[in-house]
Amino acid sequence: MPEHEAATTISARGLTRSFGSHIAVNNLTLELKRGEVLGFLGPNGAGKTTTMQMLTGNLAPSRGAISICGVDLLEEPAAAKARIGYLPEVPPLYRELTVDEYLMLAAKLHRVPKAHRREAIAAARHRCGLAEVGKKLIGTLSKGYQQRVGIAQAIVHGPEVVILDEPTVGLDPNQIREIRGLIRELGGAHSVILSTHILPEVEAVCDRVQIMHHGNLVYGDTIAALKQFESGATVLLGLRRPPALGELAAVPGVAAAACVEPTLFRLQFTPGGDSTETLVAHAVARGWGLYQLKPAQTSLEDVFVNLTRREEAN
Amino acid sequence: MIFTIAGKELRALFASPLAWVVLTVMQIITGYAFLRRLDDFLQMQPQLSQTASPPGATELVASPVFGTAAALLLFAIPILAMRLIAEERRNQTMVLLVSAPVSMSEIVLGKFLGLMAFLLAIVALTALMPLSLAGATRLDYGLLASLAAGLALLAASFAAVSLFISCLTVHPVAAAVGAFAALLGMMLTGEAAGDGLRARGWSVVASLAQVLSPGRNFEPFGKGLFDSYAVASSALLIAVFLALAIRQLDAQRLRG
Repeated sequence: MPEHEAATTISARGLTRSFGSHIAVNNLTLELKRGEVLGFLGPNGAGKTTTMQMLTGNLAPSRGAISICGVDLLEEPAAAKARIGYLPEVPPLYRELTVDEYLMLAAKLHRVPKAHRREAIAAARHRCGLAEVGKKLIGTLSKGYQQRVGIAQAIVHGPEVVILDEPTVGLDPNQIREIRGLIRELGGAHSVILSTHILPEVEAVCDRVQIMHHGNLVYGDTIAALKQFESGATVLLGLRRPPALGELAAVPGVAAAACVEPTLFRLQFTPGGDSTETLVAHAVARGWGLYQLKPAQTSLEDVFVNLTRREEAN
Repeated sequence: MIFTIAGKELRALFASPLAWVVLTVMQIITGYAFLRRLDDFLQMQPQLSQTASPPGATELVASPVFGTAAALLLFAIPILAMRLIAEERRNQTMVLLVSAPVSMSEIVLGKFLGLMAFLLAIVALTALMPLSLAGATRLDYGLLASLAAGLALLAASFAAVSLFISCLTVHPVAAAVGAFAALLGMMLTGEAAGDGLRARGWSVVASLAQVLSPGRNFEPFGKGLFDSYAVASSALLIAVFLALAIRQLDAQRLRG
């Protein structure tokens, strides 16, 4: 297999799904490379879950093509599905089975060869922190543990692509942190698609982000690029003897200045440049009484709100 | 892969109280019917011994017991089958099977075989009751085998129809009630249509109506007849409904 083909694990082109007259996903194109963690972001009802159901073969697309590691999902579903691990929004757990029995079932269903099953189950349990609960009934586990069993089920057969639909919903902060660590770790060997509407989660674990809104892809780029998106770097500036706002805005390299509090200003540099030094030199030379200077990150949240609102305005 | 799913179904059945309740109730009621019939048989014994070639214990005791079991299965199978698809979809566990590299045919056949394994256990338990008389009287093993085969075939027909109805809805109780209504309707219309059509001399159409009537197919087995036509029409019924179930599940993936 040529190098570039092996590197792309999921490729979906022109994916469209409609329910009656309602278009849930519209002409979505998506590509994922090996070892990448892709954050799939969007408000509720944006079409994230529908997209994931299509990528995992649970729902047939109305139009479009999906290939998993070069295998067409619609033409050869069994071969393609063997390369995917999927944790849906509601983990598909059989409450009356023990963790070991359940993982054994998942391994068999995913055609893990008999000789490797025990190893595979032990490895999945170890990675998901389930080493102690193998003999327990799934129904008696706490929600956090059940979620981990769901993830273990998705990785037990060593799939090349892991698709997780809102994996941290309903967990406490410690569990969320553990699950995020696990996802980061998975990103090393597998490609991961992660859907969520929790923005810090994407910032914490993803390499790339795609934002969906009303079934359309409204944005797709790396996290770093997203933070710079449509604004240059921004700083918060605290001055004891502030000058007029116009004077601040006139400092070379400053694109805009806004007053946050009487002595606190938010300055935006012109895109592509960082004029912090000039700014400090000006403040000292003119005796503004500089007491605070810190970079104000454009949060993903701002970008997200901007994008989804702008979409609505159109 | 089919056997993995069948094994999973069987395990899930026995992990839930439902299977045990069904087994218990079936045993109590068929046991009662067995003892009643045995009592009657013992009381009739003096009169029977005076007739030439009197009917034996198998005919007078075993046949009605199998008839009772058949009637009970009409209630039990829709309830057992509602779990197979409807409840899995309601609990959203169906995703595990559909996401795995397993075809819909394998899922449906696996679930059908899992349920059949359980139903064959019921048939075996029912057969054990008359078999317990083996030391006391001479049993007609041919008739007993025919009764067991007929009951197994009847159970398979009921299971196939109920499995299909289970694919139609995500409400388990609606699936059970629907399956029960469908089975009852098929038995009644199949028989009535068969009789009515035969009375008019349309014997071919009447024979076709028999495909729809699992009860009518059971009858020859009750008399110790291994009727290949009844076997064929049961097999056709089972195949059609399993194919419909597979089609239905595939269509759901398209429809969403």
